[in-house]
Amino acid sequence: MESFALLIAATLNAGTVLAIAGLGLLINERAGIVNLGAEGMMLVAAIAGFATAVHTGNDWLAFGAGAAAGALMAAAFGGLVIWLNTNQYATGLALSLFGAGFSAFAGIQYTQQKLGERPHFEIAGLTDIPFIGPALFRQHPMVYLTIALTVGLAWFLYRSRAGLVLRAVGESPESAHALGYPVRRIRLAAVMTGGALCGVAGAYVSVIYTPLWVEGMIAGKGWIALALTTFATWRPARVLLGAYLFGGVTMLQFHLQGEGVQIPSQFLTMLPYLATIVVLVLISRNATWIRVNMPASLGKPFFPGS
Amino acid sequence: MTRHLLKLAEVTSLAATAALVGCGKKEEPAAPTAQAPASAPAPAKKEPLKIAFAYVGPVGDAGWTFAHDNGRKAVEKEFGDKVQTSFVEKVPEAADAERVFRDMIGQGNKLIFGTTFGYMEPMLKVAADAKEVKFEHATGYKSAENLRAYDSRTYEGAYMAGVVAGGMTKTNVLGVVGSIPIPEVIRNINSFTMGAQSVNPKVKTKVVWVNEWFNPPKETEAAQSLLNGGADVLMQNTDSSAVLQTAEKAGKYAFGWDSDMTSYGPKAHLASAIINWGPYYIKTTKDVLDGTWKTSQEKIWWGVKEGAIDLVSVSDKVPADLKEKVEKVKAGLKDGSYVIWKGPVTDNTGKEQLPKDKVADDGWLGGIKFYVKGVEGKVPGGDAK
Repeated sequence: MESFALLIAATLNAGTVLAIAGLGLLINERAGIVNLGAEGMMLVAAIAGFATAVHTGNDWLAFGAGAAAGALMAAAFGGLVIWLNTNQYATGLALSLFGAGFSAFAGIQYTQQKLGERPHFEIAGLTDIPFIGPALFRQHPMVYLTIALTVGLAWFLYRSRAGLVLRAVGESPESAHALGYPVRRIRLAAVMTGGALCGVAGAYVSVIYTPLWVEGMIAGKGWIALALTTFATWRPARVLLGAYLFGGVTMLQFHLQGEGVQIPSQFLTMLPYLATIVVLVLISRNATWIRVNMPASLGKPFFPGS
Repeated sequence: MTRHLLKLAEVTSLAATAALVGCGKKEEPAAPTAQAPASAPAPAKKEPLKIAFAYVGPVGDAGWTFAHDNGRKAVEKEFGDKVQTSFVEKVPEAADAERVFRDMIGQGNKLIFGTTFGYMEPMLKVAADAKEVKFEHATGYKSAENLRAYDSRTYEGAYMAGVVAGGMTKTNVLGVVGSIPIPEVIRNINSFTMGAQSVNPKVKTKVVWVNEWFNPPKETEAAQSLLNGGADVLMQNTDSSAVLQTAEKAGKYAFGWDSDMTSYGPKAHLASAIINWGPYYIKTTKDVLDGTWKTSQEKIWWGVKEGAIDLVSVSDKVPADLKEKVEKVKAGLKDGSYVIWKGPVTDNTGKEQLPKDKVADDGWLGGIKFYVKGVEGKVPGGDAK
């Protein structure tokens, strides 16, 4: 039972990385922009965050640096796809490749650095409850902040005026433009917010999750986060649940091995993507689902003049 | 898709390396002409022996590749300007490796070290085309007239670490993060367990495979799952310090592997099982310089006896009597009086693998595909073979 509680704890931790990045990507996709550069942004943010943590010793500054790095890269991407109307998919892929190379280059001198003692978090009073304590209440604050972020984002998208405008931009940029909303600037803001959140996720990986820097350490989490937004049909709460599900699959494979059950890890690595394809097939067969959830202008360029 | 993109990124970076290497090659014809007139009046001045190293990881991995690079530095220190060393890091264990080796020959290297198992076939191919160059392949089992295989008896380090682990565990559950289920790694897991059982017969070992040599996030997740499963002393046969750091965070114990990793987890660190490649690399270089280098059919396998394997930085938390036991084993391995792989050895299904009092030879050790008694689970893919 103890080991099951710890599996839940590890799942929450692993899922948090995916959830933060997934929620960020959800924001820019709701505004109609697909950013395939998530992996690259997370890598650059990971080294930015790690370097900051090494030099300042402050994890929260490291998250800030990660967010800034992610937002900066997203801004470059936004400038290209929103104003110059370059192809979103090709530009995003380029951003990913650039991020992988640039982070490796920038990180050369950090490969053997180490961070100071990692803090231990516990919620006083709750952590001693049997089973629930070790499962839920010994996490980094970021785990709880992510849940708050999900709630906040759901409220923003469906209950606030600004969220309505954001969704309108994603559904029909032409109509939003006709109503006088600055579509391009709103999209840029959404893309940068998405980049910043991917950045926080990247920094979480290098500063908290695996406190060291190695090349390519995001190891596909950015791609899973991208798959996650589709898997969750662009709904914040489902992104969070999907993140825990995918995170759980990762942790479960090691737990099963430890218990002597052999499942090829390659098979489990494949599962999140397989699940995403299944969801894609399902929603493309159901017109209502698509209409209700998928931003109508997703991936399409917008020309204000036309 | 990820794999694809990562591959693409790798290829791109390799292309960049190739471009750089290409530049080096172009300069070469100029060098001999510049030196020819100089060497005529002063024939005593010999050109340095050029030695190249191909590494599978980054030199900053703090483990396997880092240890090899320390060996390279030892060669430089020993021979000074008589040698000129260079290395290429992160050479994938794939077709690209062959090109890297050909580039090294083009640059005029006369002694080439390939430091991972996966370079075996590429090195054999290249060696057949460059008879004047000597090739040294780590952890392989094939040889040629100008290529020989060398290795270190890492299992001796694993065994000594096991002795410490067996004495330090409170839950009697040890955890090992395995890389790729090949005989070398399985042998280390077994030796670790046997070392632990020598002081604590109740010990059980859990194994989790990550199927990679170097992937710190995965190593972290695997280590975490072992701790969650009740293990309180961890060991790894992967190349980074992630397992030790995970144990540090959780307040449990772990070891350094390949290099001294004390500083990555000062509280969790019990000892480091290190490989010291320096002595072998120095001897090989000397052989080539003296013209006495000879190939070997058998893998050249150095251990504690030759100074290639050691257990260092044993923590103060380890009680004195346990330290003494480790020292005894080490001394025995050094003078040959202590043999780790001596029968009876039974696997974890109860089958006898090595009869009583029989000492395993190197060929037998090189083919281990079973877990000894006390290791839980099954060797992945073991059924297929």
